[in-house]
Amino acid sequence: MAEPLLRVERVCKRFGGLLAVDDASLAVDAGRITALIGPNGAGKTTLFSIISGFLPPSVGRIFHRGVDITGMPPHLLARRGIVRTFQIAQPFGGLTVHENITIGAHLSRRSRADALAAAAEVANTVGLGDVLGRPAASLTVAGRKRLEVARALAAEPELLLLDEVLAGLNPGEIAAMVPVMRALADDGITILMIEHVMQAVMSLAEHVFVLAEGRIIAEGAPQTVVGSPRVVEAYLGHGAAKRLSAAGGAHV
Amino acid sequence: MRGPSIAHIVLVIAVLATVPLLTASNVVLNFLTMALLIALVGQGWNVLGGYGGQYSFGHAAFFGTGAYVTAILQVRYGINAWLGFVLGIAAGALVGAAIGALTFRSGLKGSYFALVTLAFAEVLRILASVAPITGAGVGLLLALDLRPQAFQFQSRAPFYWIALALVAVSLVIARLIEQSRFGAWLVAVRENEDAAKAVGVDTARVKLAAMTISAAITAAGGGFYVQYFLFIDSGIAYGPWISVEALLAPIVGGVGTVFGPLLGALVVKTLGELTKLVTGHAPGLDLVIYGGVLVLVIAFAPHGIVGLLADLRARLARLKSLVLERVHG
Repeated sequence: MAEPLLRVERVCKRFGGLLAVDDASLAVDAGRITALIGPNGAGKTTLFSIISGFLPPSVGRIFHRGVDITGMPPHLLARRGIVRTFQIAQPFGGLTVHENITIGAHLSRRSRADALAAAAEVANTVGLGDVLGRPAASLTVAGRKRLEVARALAAEPELLLLDEVLAGLNPGEIAAMVPVMRALADDGITILMIEHVMQAVMSLAEHVFVLAEGRIIAEGAPQTVVGSPRVVEAYLGHGAAKRLSAAGGAHV
Repeated sequence: MRGPSIAHIVLVIAVLATVPLLTASNVVLNFLTMALLIALVGQGWNVLGGYGGQYSFGHAAFFGTGAYVTAILQVRYGINAWLGFVLGIAAGALVGAAIGALTFRSGLKGSYFALVTLAFAEVLRILASVAPITGAGVGLLLALDLRPQAFQFQSRAPFYWIALALVAVSLVIARLIEQSRFGAWLVAVRENEDAAKAVGVDTARVKLAAMTISAAITAAGGGFYVQYFLFIDSGIAYGPWISVEALLAPIVGGVGTVFGPLLGALVVKTLGELTKLVTGHAPGLDLVIYGGVLVLVIAFAPHGIVGLLADLRARLARLKSLVLERVHG
């Protein structure tokens, strides 16, 4: 089998007595959308921070195109094409939307004019074209999430790590964002996303990993994964799968 | 944010350059030369603090190094003053890079960074007050040699023009930073370091570069000071006074703007002189006034004078469009 674009191999992360990520392995194949789901506190964001270089793993290795990138700092990973967004949007608050995206565009462009032009183009693709001159701090939550994506996109990633870009959005905003993400994948950007909005995961992801209490407990196509008793129990508690099937699935 | 153009800088410098032609008053020229010196030192601080958001409380470390190296090379080694001045700037940059490497590598931010820079300046001050090479407690006196080759002049005007030229260079540097990728990265570091890292900014390196440039500009101020007053001691070179002036001018004028330090220096120095007129020469009173000004600016005009002017312009524009609406509507 061909080497996946990203391979996480038996990663553990310990914070004092807490084992936040426990022997997690996953692979992301080039050109498709992979989702990482799991209940709150499962360690998804921690795993993301490890992959993107913001945290070193306690144990384990991470490979990008077969190259060991464990412990590589975030800016070097970004230059390799691995760019993340943040669950809690981190705009450059004092700058305009345009300037925010331009910082991303500068990664591959030295010239200010080129970067500004590229940023304006990216803003259009994610629907921020009309608010270029607005201060980033004045955006709504939905706007900030778009800005997160736009800034990351402007850095021209090969692998985009999206940390809950749909969290906090209303159904209308989610419906508007899903096609944007779909378009990114169609443009050939590989996406690994953490997502709680299952409707989006089901419609976007081709492959799903489920993390619970720091461990990968299931993986596969979205439809098969969500039916797995282990996954149901991880979300709803021990014995939930049995109770549900005893109820004859009437409530499902 | 669209900063001023090179044409603006040329215009401002050209206007200021005419002052010695209009007055021969030593009081006026002395006052303006000191204001320009603070503008220069403040621009140094502004590169790191204004654009990069790293608030140093110890720019005396660079000012003093520039001053001492310029003086020591002349007094102890008989090296030409101009060469000493240039080497002083280089030494200041080196000290900036060294302190930057130490503080940024250990991840110091915010008030911790401010305190550690203050500590470095104080350590240098104490070292300079005991080391024989700096003249210890007595200080260093430069031999009088009133020739342009020796960076000494009969009248105030040439000093004024040199200070102005240095300020002009610092303005151009600030403007170049503002319009470059490095400047965009520096501002990104100020606004949100993690977000900057995520899109490929080597934040440690950007901060280090900013601190080196910042230190070099401030060291130029130190070298100029020595040539102007022909004397330096540890209290002047590495004392907190210059660290305070360095941050006060850009904060009052407008942090992270090209003209902020120059505007701020003129305003702060004018206020300082006015207090002296009113109260006589009560030592330290100007510092009290500075403290008050700082509180007022931070409370009511966080973007300084430049910010106030921008606000005013926006308001005028709104008023104008309103009036036009009335007229046409």
